[in-house]
Amino acid sequence: MNKCLINHSRSPPHTRELILNCLTYALFTIVTLCGIWLLWDVSSIQNFMSDKKDTMVLDLSRTQEVVLESDSEQPRARNVNCTFWDCLNIYKCGQNEHDKLKVFIYPLQEFVDEKSEKVATTLSAEYFQILEAVLKSRYYTSNPNEACLFLPSLDLLNQNIFEKNLAGAALATLNFWDRGENHILFNMLPGSAPEYNTVLDINTDNAVVLGGGFDSWTYRPGFDVSIPVWSPLLQHYHPPTQFSRDRKYLLIVAQLNLLPLHLRTIRELSKKHADQVLMLGPCEGTDLALRCTRTHHQKHLEYPRILSRGKFCLVGRSLRMGQPDLLEIMSQNCIPVVAIDNYVMPFEDAIDWSLATVRVRESELHSVLRKLSVISNVKVVEMQKQVQWLYNSYFKDLRSITITALEILESRIFPLRARSIRKWNAISTNSRATFNPLFLPSLSPKSQGFTAVILTYDRVESLFLLIQKLAVVPSLQSILVIWNNQRKMPPHLSTFPSISKPLKIIQTSENKLSNRFFPYPEIETEAILTIDDDIIMLTTDELDFGYEVWREFPDHIVGFPSRIHMWNNVTMRWHYESEWTNQISMVLTGAAFHHKYWSHMYTYALPGDIKQWVDEHMNCEDIAMNFLVANITNNPPIKVTPRKKFKCPECTNTEMLSADLNHMRERSACIDRFSKIFGRIPLRTVEFRADPVLFRDNFPEKLKRYNDIGSL
Amino acid sequence: MQAKKRYILVFVSCAFLAYCYFGGYRLKGAPHRPRRAQHESAKDGGVQPYAQLPNYLGSHELQPLSNKTNATVKRTVACRMETCFDFTKCYDQFLVYVYPPEPLNSLGAAPPTSANYQKILTAIQESRYHTSDPAAACLFVLGIDTLDRDSLSEDYVRNVPSRLARLPYWNNGRNHIIFNLYSGTWPDYAENSLGFDAGEAILAKASMSVLQMRAGFDVSIPLFHKQFPLRAGATGAVQSNNFPANKKYLLAFKGKRYVHGIGSETRNSLFHLHNGRDMVLVTTCRHGKSWRELQDNRCDEDNREYDRYDYETLLQNSTFCLVPRGRRLGSFRFLEALQAGCIPVLLSNAWVLPFETKIDWKQAAIWADERLLLQVPDIVRSISAERIFALRQQTQVLWERYFGSIEKIVFTTFEIIRERLPDYPVRSSLVWNSSPGALLTLPTFADSSRFMPFLLNSMGAEPRHNYTAVIYVQIGAALGPNAALYKLVKTITKSQFVDRILVLWAADRPMPLKKRWPPTYHIPLHVIALGGNGRGTAGAGSAVGGGGALPTSRSHNAGMGAATGDSPSPANSETLTDSRPSISQRFLPYDEIQTDAVLSLDEDAILNTDELDFAYTVWRDFPERIVGYPARAHFWDDSKNAWGYTSKWTNYYSIVLTGAAFYHRYYNYLYTNWLSLLLLKTVQQSSNCEDILMNLLVSHVTRKPPIKVTQRKGYKDRETGRSPWNDPDHFIQRQSCLNTFAAVFGYMPLIRSNLRMDPMLYRDPVSNLRKKYRQIELVGS
Repeated sequence: MNKCLINHSRSPPHTRELILNCLTYALFTIVTLCGIWLLWDVSSIQNFMSDKKDTMVLDLSRTQEVVLESDSEQPRARNVNCTFWDCLNIYKCGQNEHDKLKVFIYPLQEFVDEKSEKVATTLSAEYFQILEAVLKSRYYTSNPNEACLFLPSLDLLNQNIFEKNLAGAALATLNFWDRGENHILFNMLPGSAPEYNTVLDINTDNAVVLGGGFDSWTYRPGFDVSIPVWSPLLQHYHPPTQFSRDRKYLLIVAQLNLLPLHLRTIRELSKKHADQVLMLGPCEGTDLALRCTRTHHQKHLEYPRILSRGKFCLVGRSLRMGQPDLLEIMSQNCIPVVAIDNYVMPFEDAIDWSLATVRVRESELHSVLRKLSVISNVKVVEMQKQVQWLYNSYFKDLRSITITALEILESRIFPLRARSIRKWNAISTNSRATFNPLFLPSLSPKSQGFTAVILTYDRVESLFLLIQKLAVVPSLQSILVIWNNQRKMPPHLSTFPSISKPLKIIQTSENKLSNRFFPYPEIETEAILTIDDDIIMLTTDELDFGYEVWREFPDHIVGFPSRIHMWNNVTMRWHYESEWTNQISMVLTGAAFHHKYWSHMYTYALPGDIKQWVDEHMNCEDIAMNFLVANITNNPPIKVTPRKKFKCPECTNTEMLSADLNHMRERSACIDRFSKIFGRIPLRTVEFRADPVLFRDNFPEKLKRYNDIGSL
Repeated sequence: MQAKKRYILVFVSCAFLAYCYFGGYRLKGAPHRPRRAQHESAKDGGVQPYAQLPNYLGSHELQPLSNKTNATVKRTVACRMETCFDFTKCYDQFLVYVYPPEPLNSLGAAPPTSANYQKILTAIQESRYHTSDPAAACLFVLGIDTLDRDSLSEDYVRNVPSRLARLPYWNNGRNHIIFNLYSGTWPDYAENSLGFDAGEAILAKASMSVLQMRAGFDVSIPLFHKQFPLRAGATGAVQSNNFPANKKYLLAFKGKRYVHGIGSETRNSLFHLHNGRDMVLVTTCRHGKSWRELQDNRCDEDNREYDRYDYETLLQNSTFCLVPRGRRLGSFRFLEALQAGCIPVLLSNAWVLPFETKIDWKQAAIWADERLLLQVPDIVRSISAERIFALRQQTQVLWERYFGSIEKIVFTTFEIIRERLPDYPVRSSLVWNSSPGALLTLPTFADSSRFMPFLLNSMGAEPRHNYTAVIYVQIGAALGPNAALYKLVKTITKSQFVDRILVLWAADRPMPLKKRWPPTYHIPLHVIALGGNGRGTAGAGSAVGGGGALPTSRSHNAGMGAATGDSPSPANSETLTDSRPSISQRFLPYDEIQTDAVLSLDEDAILNTDELDFAYTVWRDFPERIVGYPARAHFWDDSKNAWGYTSKWTNYYSIVLTGAAFYHRYYNYLYTNWLSLLLLKTVQQSSNCEDILMNLLVSHVTRKPPIKVTQRKGYKDRETGRSPWNDPDHFIQRQSCLNTFAAVFGYMPLIRSNLRMDPMLYRDPVSNLRKKYRQIELVGS
């Protein structure tokens, strides 16, 4: 440009040409710049489609205005006969991915009445957060065609602050409304004076209502979702993780809008039992975060903090069923006492409220103290833990509430994905609480027998001896030899001892210890006897009896060689011990029975890198198995019969070779390592072993069923 | 540059600019509206975008209400517990009154009651719920058979409305419960057409749908067939717990299809899923009189396939069983599949599964959707082996605990209603959905599962420490200073785990004076006099030792009349009407027992301290079982066609006598408050067998055998010549007890065990000094 100008001044003859040229270039530059800017702008939308678009949907600056014509039609009235089975169009769900719930959010719109220019609903901060939670969740889709559920951006949370007719008309104008099919509507305060309906009072047709104040009359079970009423007081409030144990009051009543009838009952109670009941009323002014005692000297108390001084806190009946007090109480780890007949508790199809609340019938409110005072302290602590955990998992902010509501919807639409009630309610932070997967309360059938799984490398001679001994055990069903040597082929089947039981050989592709715990399909029995190829001293009776014991304890590890773990106060480490002690906490899988399920769990569900580590170090697979089973069941292993010497029957136990010492050190390290990965020592120490009923009895040997039980 | 080119360039540029200016918005999105400007500023400020928005809830919503406001909206159409149930009748106890059979009246003779309804009535009448006093009853059960309300059925009872009107306590059905299996008839099978107005009565009904169910009021029960047993019944068919299950078929169904009419679509399209390999879904049209007229063109082919499979075999050999709706929503097949351990795949939209409010069916069944019939194969194939493993086990738990017999179904219904009562504690979902289930978990015992023996492991908890020794004195032999009883007390005192000692004095002899008892030091010793002959149970005095650390502070009240104020703890002793005190009193849940473990002892038991301590440590690992010394066995005697009882030394045992055994305190409560009164009466009349009954009870609850510890078999002091144990009649009586008990339970709950628990180094050739329980070594058999 400068050059142009210079040219312009120096050579007048070409002035016109130059000016035009310059102008052209200037114009061209501007146009190019504009073009680039425009391209960048457009491409940025396309490039950052995923995250840019997300924010765009909820961009407050881009709210569209929709004018509602005065004669615009209302949707039909709420269909009270809706069930999941006939009002929800299941065909819209799971189109792309088979079992994923997808929710479409309508872009922000503002519905204005043509005549009065009134706005149908105003967007509240809470509803914005709900929309945002859905938007950022795995449920969101921007494509209405693959959506299963539709979430209008119309804020219906509080019926008092929107125009009923306008909101209804607004719903009907939604692009995909279609009689409300598959639409979900969040609402926390339903109904308005004077009759206070317990469900959103507008025409919602077939839409699913996620409502905060259902009673069992209006709630359509399996179709609607009951949600809690959010308290704005909790918006910026972060409850402490630890609450003081000192809760002075048995019951705190701080709800302001109790029905007068109940208010009187409570007032009488609090007069009579002033030391147990704390009753709080409003202070002057409208600050909800302050409550005042109802005595003469008004004390200003910080709310909801004051609730943490009570064991139990009351949520009572008001004009509406749902009250924000429930969450305020839970946030203070106070146990809610719910005195609202027929109230459908939040998320009631998932949450077992009996673990965390006390329900009192409204007409029994006067005897609430009697009911509360008999609850044992243990139960109170359990309930407090449950309340805290429920609050932190499902209620602590609007995001949690929204996601929980969607998960409940998802578990209805894809029942296979659904969590069981146990999983919804089990405190996941309690590491000691377990679920035993072998819970069938019966003995295993005798007829099935067990499969012996022999891990071997190259000790053919001892292997053959073992096979011969095993083959005569009556309860043995079949033998599986795991040939863990890749350099050498296993001996031909014909060279194996001929036995009357089925025998199979599996050659592994890698010399790994975990091969002994692989759940081979060849194992057809429940019981597996894992046995080392050099354990040849066990008698038929011992093995038979061992199986018998396993049948009675099918979820335990039942076996012969036992060990103990101990805490060493000097080294401050766990210590592995093979001394013959009065206690054991492990049974080694060199000769032990276990259920095939544990092999499956060992192969596919060992936590951390334990499996890999064991395979690399060629050690401690038996300790890992003991950890695994104890961790899942909290059960100790069971040692059978007195036998203790396995490896070399000649040597006495006290002679420790240096190699042995090394070995012990390594195994102690294993216990340390595993306990870190499991987060605890799950092993349980016991002082008993299982012997036959007539063992060592002064009784004719031939009448005993298991008399060939060796010693040591 | 040529002018022409230049002009074109300028023009194009201008056009482009103009486009950018006017049309570019369309690429960017919605027009910017100035009225929202304030939100943008909020966004730029790094504050959350909603910070400027108003709250949905204003403070005025939470202000106190004026006295005038009244929110209750009265409804009369349907029922809830609050509107249609009189709780005042149920405050103390939950009792059920059964109307007597109708007398002959203007309607003619009372119609016969169907076998199933009779079983329901029998179950109630012989249960602890029953009362013959209508004034005391909380719930009323009709004498009119309402099970089958299909007007075409032969069991259909006519004139029910006028029969109801005659009932003296009907009161529009308030506090009544009506059992029903079938309602409605061809062609619409309307669910609510019972043929009478049930009014405010609770419906316990099969095949209920979501829409007809009155929430929190009606109870959905399963459909059961005509031969369903009254008690016990068949156990679950799953014997082995193989993983993976490896059944021949993945999904099976064999049944009728209706061709036309309500509920026929689902079954008519099942043939799409049939592949004859792992999915066997066969139907037939061959039912009813006129099936030939109604048949469609698939019928012949269907019938051929249908005849190739056997129903029972399919049930046993399939992982999943399809349970599609029939004319009504529920079907027999549901319970049959459950029993067989064949995981039900439900195709019955809107059906409310039995006891759905309490039982979490997600753990035992798969919900499919009739609308998505063709997805069923994909669904069942996608379920992991672990899940199948858990589902199959859960079918058995539920079957055995809630569905195995009519008695269980009726009792479960009652317990569900009972939990709605204001004063009755509610059991948690964990209790309901795990073994031994809600019927055997009395929530009045304790409010936390921590005090029960069953769920400790899954809660990661342990039983509370120490035990209470309860010595039952029946003979009261002359008490010299070396009497077995005194020795026993001394032994117990030395135990490191004992919490207190309770002596139950049921002998005719007067109780020894306090100074005669050996010193127990810090361990409290309570002597409780049980009502002997003529004294009556209610007046039984309880003498409570002071329990201080000093032996002198112990005060035994040996006198009968001067009870120290503590009334006999359990009020239930009165339930036994016989004036003679029952031997079952040894199992009363005395308040003095505050530990989880109870060591039950006979007065002449001879055990040493090591034995007690060892048995206690074993018990801690098996708190739900009886752990003790004297073992006995039961066996089936073919020659007598009855159960036999033996005290011989056998290789197995199934009973551990409570003469020297540990068990959980909860079983005292269960024994006293749950067992059928018939059983308790048998014990009382024979003054015997209470230990056998306790074993049956515990095995019934756990489905596991008791545990015998160490070698000792003779545990009685032989010198005590007067022991009833030496009486041959005593033994015969026990045999007959065993048979009576098995009959009342409906099956034999005892289970055999082949092992006993010994200390780890028991009888090992190692130095005795290494052994922890040395005294046990010295005990012979």
